[in-house]
Amino acid sequence: MAFDPNDLMKDRITDIGPPHYEQFFPPVIKENYGKWKYHEILEPGVLVHVSETGAEVYTVRVGGCRLMSVEIIREICDIADKHCEGYVRWTTRNNVEFMVDDKAKLQPLIDDLKGRKFAGGSNKFPIGGTGAGVTNIVHTQGWLHCHTPAIDASGIVKAVLDELYDDFCGMRLPAQVRISLACCLNMCGAVHCSDIAILGVHRKPPFVEHERISKVCEVPLAIAACPTAAIKPSKVDDKKSVAVNAERCMFCGNCYTMCPAMPLANADGDGIALWVGGKVSNSRCAPKFSKLAVPYIPNEPPRWPTTVKTIKRIVDLYASDANRYERIGEWIERIGWEKFFEKAELEFRHEHIDDYRLAMTTWRTTTQFKW
Amino acid sequence: MALKHKTPLLDELEKGRWPSFISDIKQMAEKKPMCEDLLGVMERSYEDKEGHWKHGGIVGVLGYGGGVIGRYCDRPDLFPNVAHFHTLRVNQPASKFYSTEQLRKICELWERRGSGLTNMHGSTGDVILLGTTTDELEPVFYELTHNLNMDLGGSGSNLRTPSCCMGKARCEWSCLDTQAITYDLTNTFQDELHRPMFPYKFKFKTSGCPNDCVAAIARADCSIIGTWRDNIRIDQEAVRAYAAGDFAPNGNAHGTGATALDIQKEVCDLCPTACIDWDGKNLKIWDENCTRCMHCINVMPRALRPGKDVGATILCGAKAPILEGAQLSSVIIPFIKMEEPYDEFKEFVEKMWDWWMELGKNRERLGELIQRLGLREFLKAVELEPDPRMINTPRYNPYIFYDREDVPGGWEIDAVAFRKKHHA
Repeated sequence: MAFDPNDLMKDRITDIGPPHYEQFFPPVIKENYGKWKYHEILEPGVLVHVSETGAEVYTVRVGGCRLMSVEIIREICDIADKHCEGYVRWTTRNNVEFMVDDKAKLQPLIDDLKGRKFAGGSNKFPIGGTGAGVTNIVHTQGWLHCHTPAIDASGIVKAVLDELYDDFCGMRLPAQVRISLACCLNMCGAVHCSDIAILGVHRKPPFVEHERISKVCEVPLAIAACPTAAIKPSKVDDKKSVAVNAERCMFCGNCYTMCPAMPLANADGDGIALWVGGKVSNSRCAPKFSKLAVPYIPNEPPRWPTTVKTIKRIVDLYASDANRYERIGEWIERIGWEKFFEKAELEFRHEHIDDYRLAMTTWRTTTQFKW
Repeated sequence: MALKHKTPLLDELEKGRWPSFISDIKQMAEKKPMCEDLLGVMERSYEDKEGHWKHGGIVGVLGYGGGVIGRYCDRPDLFPNVAHFHTLRVNQPASKFYSTEQLRKICELWERRGSGLTNMHGSTGDVILLGTTTDELEPVFYELTHNLNMDLGGSGSNLRTPSCCMGKARCEWSCLDTQAITYDLTNTFQDELHRPMFPYKFKFKTSGCPNDCVAAIARADCSIIGTWRDNIRIDQEAVRAYAAGDFAPNGNAHGTGATALDIQKEVCDLCPTACIDWDGKNLKIWDENCTRCMHCINVMPRALRPGKDVGATILCGAKAPILEGAQLSSVIIPFIKMEEPYDEFKEFVEKMWDWWMELGKNRERLGELIQRLGLREFLKAVELEPDPRMINTPRYNPYIFYDREDVPGGWEIDAVAFRKKHHA
């Protein structure tokens, strides 16, 4: 059966869902499913899991780019064929995991991975991302593929991870640090509960293309899209359009998502906000949102030096100041936000004080604070 | 080989130790004009500090309302090979294990019919096939379903592709068969996944334990998180071995190697409910006070394990900021056994969706609807009784919506009798 462009319904298969996961398990995983007893990190990026049956699986975790060409995927396949019986997996955070069922197979795999470099000189498969270190930065599409970004994604992640490379390949931190990037407030990367979140922000309200808007948009949807009701219907030269109350705009970009005739991306307006102290795990304390640390850093392609430097400073301060097991958010809550801003040498500005719906719940209602 | 566009800014991203996506795209650009122009448009964005992609047009495959993201370049005059650069979301196998045979098939298909670039994986969990032209969409779909046994994932106001942690495949803590749940839900709800019928997107994510490695509690409209009701299993000898320094604490997450663990300081004192006692010989956990946070188990994985009476806590409503602000999921079902065929859970899902589809406004996520109409209305809709486990604290405002039925005589007051007693 070959594809027939003139008869799409011929032999059409739909709604089959994903292939069953079990066929992709290496034998040691299949045989010990549900029987794992404990695990240990042998060295950064290398784990052993021990089964109740006595079986062991050794995992080598390497950082990957979320963007991968079929060339690099084929290289991953070659490695998996050579060392891992033709199986491999990806983690939720864009790492790649190679697994072997015998300790003797581990070192040859590690040596093989360490030797591989891109033509430009960077390592293809940095080993790490385990334990009390920085694991891979999850991110969105950015300028590479998205239509609403305020910043790039892959490039910033590359620049930040070049700087934090030793913390990806090491475990010197008090606990794990999860860094995430979303290139606009849509947050298709859901970065709002990360130890450190890099967020693309706009700072100019949308302009309205009155000539175009009624042709390309459902005007009522654009109006309804605004969380602060800053968009009202209006008539311009007898044409149906909208007016934006710029004073009420909080630059979420939701109107542009609904209506391409209201662009707000702008080189001078756009940039990065940094957020800290979120977590999703329930370990010790409840999951937390990340809170604003730096309201705005300009876009500085190609290496975003201010963003990179600021993140590095926060990670280093956390490394030296936090107690073992404390995530960034737990550490900051223990020392107090006033101390965090002081120690991190970050300016505290009006943007840090919430003024949206639940603002009041974030204001300090006690005389307890530190000088 | 010299590429079509000069990329001095992007070339800076080939430097440094972390893998360079630019170097990787360049490998493809030698074979694919589409990737050459992609580098061109990226360089342009690096100069302009603005993106160059237009709003997606409506493209897709016949009979599906999602799974394809239309993408057009706003400068096709300069970069004609990426004038169309559409993306397909392909439903990943649960927890992202692959055979190289399957991966090579994906690579062969995507090099032939697309840009040869992917995301492994997108935020929701799908394999993202990044960049092709409109005329290739149907052939790619045909080959995916016929030759690769794969199907498209969700996009738009659909059920989004469910995802999960690796669960029992390689984790000793998983209280749920996360893959089986994800596979079952994905297949049960194929229609919802492929044909938009919801007010907005809807996500299921399943984590095997409260460590929540897929961030279900922050990202999923319905978060399924493994937990247990009985006691933490203790191997006292292994506890003593941690104290003696025979094992590495915290699974060696700090790279200390085997070193004595100060159980009082690093386990008991950090327990959020102070329910652990250590007398130097035996560890006592007062399980009735344990909130199953995982800290002690994380620190002593060879000595402590979750209990055996396992199931899930179901929490609802998480989302990123757009539209009304970010929310975490809230406890709706404190405990449910998650065993095939998951009938009790699916009945809950149907009731939840009926309510949301009836009352949700366009682009209103479940969590926002619950917030707008109240948790009480949601509980009524899904036929669940209120439980203190659903809240952090009872209300502290006195503006209570009392029920008419609970008041003798309903809400009527006899005005004549009132004034007879109380002269105006």
